[in-house]
Amino acid sequence: MKRILKYLGNYKKESFLAPLFKLLEASFELIVPLIIASIIDNGIKGGDKALIFRCFAYLAALAVIGIICAVVAQYYAAKAAVGFSTELKSSLFGKIQSLSFSDFDTLGNSTMITRMTSDVGLIQNAINLVLRLFLRAPVIVFGAMIMAFTVDASAAITFVVVIPLLSVVVFGIMFLTVPLYKKVQERLDKLLGITRENLNGARVIRAFCQEEREVDRFNTSNNELSVMQRVVGRFSALTNPVTFLLINSAIIALIYIGALRVESEYLTQGQVIALYNYMSQILVELIKLANLIVTVTKGIASAKRIDAVMTLVPSMSFPTKSASADENTSLPAVIFDNVSLTYKNAGDASISNISFTARQGETIGIIGGTGSGKSSVVNLIPRFYDATEGKVTVFGNDVKDYTAEDLRSKIGVVPQHAKLFKGTIRDNLKMGNSQASDDEITEALRNAQALDFVMSKPGGLDFMIEPGGRNLSGGQRQRLTVARALVREPKILILDDSSSALDYSTDAELRKAIASLDYNPTTFIVSQRASSVLHADRIIVLEDGECVGYGTPAELLKTCEIYREIYFCQFPDAKV
Amino acid sequence: MIMSKKHSIKKGTVKKIFKYIKGYRLLLLSSLLMGSICVALSLYIPMLIGDTIDCIVAPKNVDFERIATLLVTAGISVGIAAFAQWVMNIVNNKITYNVIRDIRKDAFNKIEKLPLSYIDTHPTGETVSRIISDADQFAEGLLMGFSQFFTGILTILGTLVFMLSISPGITVLVVILTPISLFVAAFIAKNTHDMFKQRAETNAEQTSFIDESITGQTVIAAFGNQDEKQAKFDEINERLRKCSVRAIFFSALTNPCTRFVNSLVYAAVALVGALSVIGIDGNIGILFSGITVGNLSTLLSYANQYTKPFNEISGVITELQNSLTCAERIFYLIDQEPEVPDASDADVIAEPDGRVLLSDVSFSYTPERPLIKNLDLDVSSGKKIAIVGPTGCGKTTLINLIMRFYDVCGGSVSVGFKNENGEEKLSDIRNVTRHSLRSCYGMVLQETWLKRGTIRENLLIGKPDATDEELITAAKAAHAHSFIKRLPKGYDTVIGEDGGNLSQGQKQLLCITRVMLCLSPMLILDEATSSIDTRTEQKIQSAFASLMEGRTSFIVAHRLSTIREADTILVMKDGNVIEMGDHASLMELGGFYSKLYATGSASLTE
Repeated sequence: MKRILKYLGNYKKESFLAPLFKLLEASFELIVPLIIASIIDNGIKGGDKALIFRCFAYLAALAVIGIICAVVAQYYAAKAAVGFSTELKSSLFGKIQSLSFSDFDTLGNSTMITRMTSDVGLIQNAINLVLRLFLRAPVIVFGAMIMAFTVDASAAITFVVVIPLLSVVVFGIMFLTVPLYKKVQERLDKLLGITRENLNGARVIRAFCQEEREVDRFNTSNNELSVMQRVVGRFSALTNPVTFLLINSAIIALIYIGALRVESEYLTQGQVIALYNYMSQILVELIKLANLIVTVTKGIASAKRIDAVMTLVPSMSFPTKSASADENTSLPAVIFDNVSLTYKNAGDASISNISFTARQGETIGIIGGTGSGKSSVVNLIPRFYDATEGKVTVFGNDVKDYTAEDLRSKIGVVPQHAKLFKGTIRDNLKMGNSQASDDEITEALRNAQALDFVMSKPGGLDFMIEPGGRNLSGGQRQRLTVARALVREPKILILDDSSSALDYSTDAELRKAIASLDYNPTTFIVSQRASSVLHADRIIVLEDGECVGYGTPAELLKTCEIYREIYFCQFPDAKV
Repeated sequence: MIMSKKHSIKKGTVKKIFKYIKGYRLLLLSSLLMGSICVALSLYIPMLIGDTIDCIVAPKNVDFERIATLLVTAGISVGIAAFAQWVMNIVNNKITYNVIRDIRKDAFNKIEKLPLSYIDTHPTGETVSRIISDADQFAEGLLMGFSQFFTGILTILGTLVFMLSISPGITVLVVILTPISLFVAAFIAKNTHDMFKQRAETNAEQTSFIDESITGQTVIAAFGNQDEKQAKFDEINERLRKCSVRAIFFSALTNPCTRFVNSLVYAAVALVGALSVIGIDGNIGILFSGITVGNLSTLLSYANQYTKPFNEISGVITELQNSLTCAERIFYLIDQEPEVPDASDADVIAEPDGRVLLSDVSFSYTPERPLIKNLDLDVSSGKKIAIVGPTGCGKTTLINLIMRFYDVCGGSVSVGFKNENGEEKLSDIRNVTRHSLRSCYGMVLQETWLKRGTIRENLLIGKPDATDEELITAAKAAHAHSFIKRLPKGYDTVIGEDGGNLSQGQKQLLCITRVMLCLSPMLILDEATSSIDTRTEQKIQSAFASLMEGRTSFIVAHRLSTIREADTILVMKDGNVIEMGDHASLMELGGFYSKLYATGSASLTE
């Protein structure tokens, strides 16, 4: 809670002033019953009309002061609450960005999206209301009690009895409902997940005529959510009636005690009315508070969910300074020394005991069957995951000794899944190198075999890509992701099966262009096609996570049975 | 003009909301009944208390007997009122959550019926935000509306009646003064609608950005773009902050303003009431006569409670504004034109004969950029059709048309089949039901899609009643069995959103298994093996080959080795079929295909 509330830090003034002005407003309200008592005891009983008019003027003045205080308080409350949620969101966004790939695998996307949107919204509401009302309630409640004591101590005992009872009810219900609201939010997550899946998989769902089944699945979750909401609602539905019951019983007791006290000359009629008014004020205030509690409990539940993300320690940490900034051109670009990787929560190792050396400027092919661990190998170079055993060295240093920035700025990755972002083509390419000029971007596009289609798009580099790159074909997306990696002129280029959607001729052109890049990057080509790695200096052949062949293409053709199989699959004519 | 249009949209929205509430009429009625009981009694209690106070005039002038009767009556009233309120709250909860469930259900139903063009052109995050957060905010507003709006109005009316019975003069005074408060509330609500709308829109933009950044986080990290994304996020966030502060502050003005008016009313009641007790001279005095101190106390208590419903109603009005805006956004989705429904006399394909005929087909996604023009193609039963061509030439579009994900803009696509009555037909696909058409095809796309659930659930999609034996046979044929077996719980391993930890290739193998399992009469393989290694692919090919035996198949592929065996190869370029024929004849032709083929194996000859 503290960790979440610290985002109010920049709004200390506002978070202080908002309740303060609310307090002022409330304190002035507490004067009202005294004025009324005076009207009755002195004005009416004494027939003093002038006094009555004076009292009226006081009341009107209090009303004016009240509205001024309230408007000021509302302004500061809105400013603080929204400012708070803005900073919280920004920091949460940063936090999520700092999580490792492995954290992402375990958390799942939809829960992070609800946390950033709906949960933050609920907290914002809660804070806004708390600043405006939560402090006002205790002031009125205890203020009314103190005022009652100044009127008559023995009648004021009723206040002492009823206030703790009310607190028990109000906080008891809050205590009961917080965990339940958390469950509601979890079920909402699930619903969000299903909705996303259905939007992303619309084609497949329709192709398999799954619409009805999906609707059923959604309805089940939807009902579960609804039931949970009703269960929580049942508890919070108690708050209002119970408060009402307690306060009114107290009023009845108060009036009876008042009657006794008037009889024995301790109180006047006007004072009884003043006491009654104080008790009523508490009622009005508590009903507001009860409504508020629903919002606050929801806010607390949400705060806990956000806190869970905020306190997540990223499963990978980088040093703040790289061990050695300068690169030795004579050192090998990448060395794998007996490396194994087991993913979190996975049973078996995905790759085991991989060793190889890639000298600067070399091209290394990685080939193997589906699930043989090809991507896992290259994912270790930019340190997307940490090797569970062994050591990965880049330009002479352990990858763990680099800052994320230093390490990854050397590397251009073209991932398997061609992910683009909403924005112009230029924006997307600039992700690779924010300093790139249009000439450099054009050059990267040309090398990625993407220049022709980009230029044919309306606006060229300014063509707007829709979220997820939906307005481009799979092959176009893939070539843009290649260009994105090339535009940063990386020292190490990783192509993770990034030509799968390209036809053969484009694929061949692409490889040719990459081979003739003037900055001569060390290139890793992950592929299933023998043709893609045919020109590599050396090829690593993987099978079930183990290296079953390592050498030049010519050597492997002689020595490695699995490589031969792959090769002849594609080039059956070469067998003779 | 613009105002009136906006107004009519809102009116339409309210009407739609009422349509959803209609089903809960009885509950609504009981909520109103309980509300009325509760309101009537809670107004009666101050009357009783006022009367009691009149029995407490001064020492030796206290009527204890009457006090006892009055207070007991008050006690009973309190009990009943509390109970009624409790029941009302529960009923309101039930109505609200059920309505919201119903609306979500309809919204989701609509997703399944939307034309794909809608889904293809609207960001996922935005649609998700409509169904999830807009619906949520709408529910909040609706609940507040129920629990406070009706009781608020009842309280106001009830108070007036009770007041009237005490002092007509003071009632008139109150009636004259209070509309100011309503006027203020209405003024504020009207002016904040646009602010809330702007806020909802900026919010949707942010959700969409969050969605994209979270799904693309791996790429962002790889390129060290966290700072840029953060800056962009902060920019949207700042805009959202500005319009939120404005919307929230201005809507929150309602409360203090109405409270101010009500404080004045309270003061006026105190003044006039006190003067009335003393006695006002002149003709007008009659209106204000006969008031006791107890009456004054009751009137003040009313005036005090009277402020509450006004505050609440005005609060509710702003909340309702907000929720109405959200409702509009959900209804925007619900009211989307669905796909043209199947005609009532549409044929159900009982058994396709495998013939597919495209005549003079034209199609474009946007009118400005025609894609497919005047395409003719006659595929006879059991043939294998391969579609090749440079990326973006319209291969996938052709599949979209055959499956009727999109309707043609001109010409027609027909299939040959036997209908339920055994009649043999060749009909336009727009005259058969979509389900029966799509069930004819087994489809594997390049873009794999898996849902959260077990591997088994994902595989059984096409054939829910398949036995384990069938399942394993299919998985073996697709060469997926060996890796599934190695997963922690085998076929019962739960995979996360979008396949979680599985590689693209593994996901594709699962998608192939699905098709191997349902053995559809016709096949569509759109880059079905693009992420699978050549060796496994070769093995799957033999399974595919036997699967394709006798089945009409459409194959989009970039591997020419996959294509060589096809009966007809369509070579597409820029939306047109530029060459057509089998491998041998196309090679002989020496055109575009032969060039493609040459580059495809260029590396071999070098």
